[in-house]
Amino acid sequence: MMRALRQLLAAALLVGAAAAPAWAQEAPRPSAQRWSFDGPFGSFDLAAAQRGFQVYSEVCSLCHSMQYLHYRDLEGIGLTDDQIKAIAAAVTVPQGVDDQGSPKEGPATPASQFRSPFPNEQAARAAQNGALPPDLSLIVNAREGHADYIYAILTGYADPPPSMQMQDGMNYNKMFPGHQIAMPPPLQDGRVTYADGTPATVEQMAHDVVTFLTWAANPEMVQRKQIGWRWVLFFLIMTGLTYAVKRKVWADVH
Amino acid sequence: MAGQHKSEFSNPLINWIDTRLPIFTMMQQEYGSFPTPKNFNYFWNFGALAMVVMMIMIATGIFLAMNYQPNSELAFGSVQHIMRDVNYGWLIRYVHQNGGSMFFIVTYIHIFRGMYYGSYKSPRELLWMIGVVILLIMMATAFMGYVLPWGQMSYWGATVITNLFSAFPIVGKGIVTWLWGGFSVDSPTLNRFFSLHYLLPFVLVGVVFLHVAALHVVGSNNPLGIDVKSPQDTLPFHPYYTVKDSVGLCVFFIVYAVLVFFAPNFLGDANNFIPANPLQTPADIVPEWYLLPYYAILRSVPNKLLGVCMMFGSIFVLFVLPWLDTSPVRSARFRPIYRQIIWVWVVSFVILGYCGMNKPEGIYVILSRVATLYYFLHFLVILPILGKLERPLPLPESISRPVTGGGGPLPSGATAKPMGKA
Repeated sequence: MMRALRQLLAAALLVGAAAAPAWAQEAPRPSAQRWSFDGPFGSFDLAAAQRGFQVYSEVCSLCHSMQYLHYRDLEGIGLTDDQIKAIAAAVTVPQGVDDQGSPKEGPATPASQFRSPFPNEQAARAAQNGALPPDLSLIVNAREGHADYIYAILTGYADPPPSMQMQDGMNYNKMFPGHQIAMPPPLQDGRVTYADGTPATVEQMAHDVVTFLTWAANPEMVQRKQIGWRWVLFFLIMTGLTYAVKRKVWADVH
Repeated sequence: MAGQHKSEFSNPLINWIDTRLPIFTMMQQEYGSFPTPKNFNYFWNFGALAMVVMMIMIATGIFLAMNYQPNSELAFGSVQHIMRDVNYGWLIRYVHQNGGSMFFIVTYIHIFRGMYYGSYKSPRELLWMIGVVILLIMMATAFMGYVLPWGQMSYWGATVITNLFSAFPIVGKGIVTWLWGGFSVDSPTLNRFFSLHYLLPFVLVGVVFLHVAALHVVGSNNPLGIDVKSPQDTLPFHPYYTVKDSVGLCVFFIVYAVLVFFAPNFLGDANNFIPANPLQTPADIVPEWYLLPYYAILRSVPNKLLGVCMMFGSIFVLFVLPWLDTSPVRSARFRPIYRQIIWVWVVSFVILGYCGMNKPEGIYVILSRVATLYYFLHFLVILPILGKLERPLPLPESISRPVTGGGGPLPSGATAKPMGKA
């Protein structure tokens, strides 16, 4: 959001013209997508978020953790208690130690944290050519450009231009700063099969998983906006009433 | 009952208490019948607004502290716990997080009000200086509060700012190690920042009390900047200004709510959603928006020690502002040149803020140096000279009898007085 503020101030100060190209060179600006959660009335497209959870489970979660989420949280994308129990039960998670002091594993419950693919950072790096796949709980908030940026990365893979020397194990991505990203292209057409029959194109999957990730980073958003409207309307009325009282109280003062 | 206060309250319980401890009489005198200039504009809302934000910050902060863990291993996760699992934790946290910004917005406007209408001039010098102490405590509190979520910008902001003290020769390094409680910013630093972040707001309450006490001794300034001369110039604080402050408060709550409910992270930094990592420095380390102008002053000077001195100097110069401004006229309304150049100073302050969020390269170096120069020039050169050279406009005779006609009929008491003898 600092970037938004920068633009605002740049415009206000009329030095934007001189300064804008300097940032533009860093990395291409992600193009704005239409999101169900945009704007003061926006809420999550739950069908998209559920499909996005499927993409996360079948693709992203092979490398990326989401340690701040619990299976019970999935209520927020419209899953029922039984669905959540079934999803959790299908996952095996560490469950402390047994009577002999040996590490124990067992099926997750709705109260369990999302399973992490690697036990620790070293294991993750060892499996990924030294790169660390970031935790995705907050990824949408943690990147400038937010949902648009994550979408642009997921759909930004291409063949490198002939002039470009790629480092070992790196992949070319139009949107990534420096264009060399350790993550191999995660999505290919038909990578998952959607139960609702939606064609699983790269764009569709990217759109769905970004919707899911935006929910994961801001699960309170819909309730927040609802309360916000009530609050703002209440105080608009209060402002009018208070101003009327003020006029009346001050009527005899000159 | 010799020595006892004679209370005028009719309610027997209130009367009983008030006779023994006259707090009700005090409240009645200081906030009920307190004579207040009748010509305040809405700029005079902002002191009350700052008081309200302070109380909101303390209330929300106490609840956040119940669920927060000041430990480098747990801090980031405990904030996520507040955001996701604590009932309405997200609301409490966003109100607190954006409350910091709102606190600075209203305080900066409050300070500008004081500068524009010359509220710092005799007899309000000490009132003003206590206000500058409030600003310093706010900055320290806000800085330490920003460290607590233990994101990347928290960690690196703390590293950069604490490292400033290393600029002082000989003792510098020792001071930094002492501040950190170790050899880098780590858990001991976080733990003590949490302790101080909880303590300082209560120190702030004490200093705000002194600020208000000093105000109630010398009385409020007003948009005309002239002294209250007769009871016709004043109104009782209640209901006139309680209701006028309430209007401002309602508008303030709308602006605050738009930030909290629709753009809670607008003023934040994406990097602070990444847990602190001592091995990875963010591309650009920037403080919160309200500290950017001072950060720009710091970075505009090539010498570190000088930069640190200039940065602190930019606040300390406010302490002596009452003596730097040599004009006997308070309000900018009657100072034709001052009322223009005060805006140039505001622009230089905004430019500094803008430079503060950009890397000190190219145009920003020049821009921030020019703005820094003007910032100090305004206080140290222009104001002392201007007071001697400027020809102020004729001042009104009294608040209830403005020199430029208009207004309503004069109050009956004032008409009896001959012109030119207030």
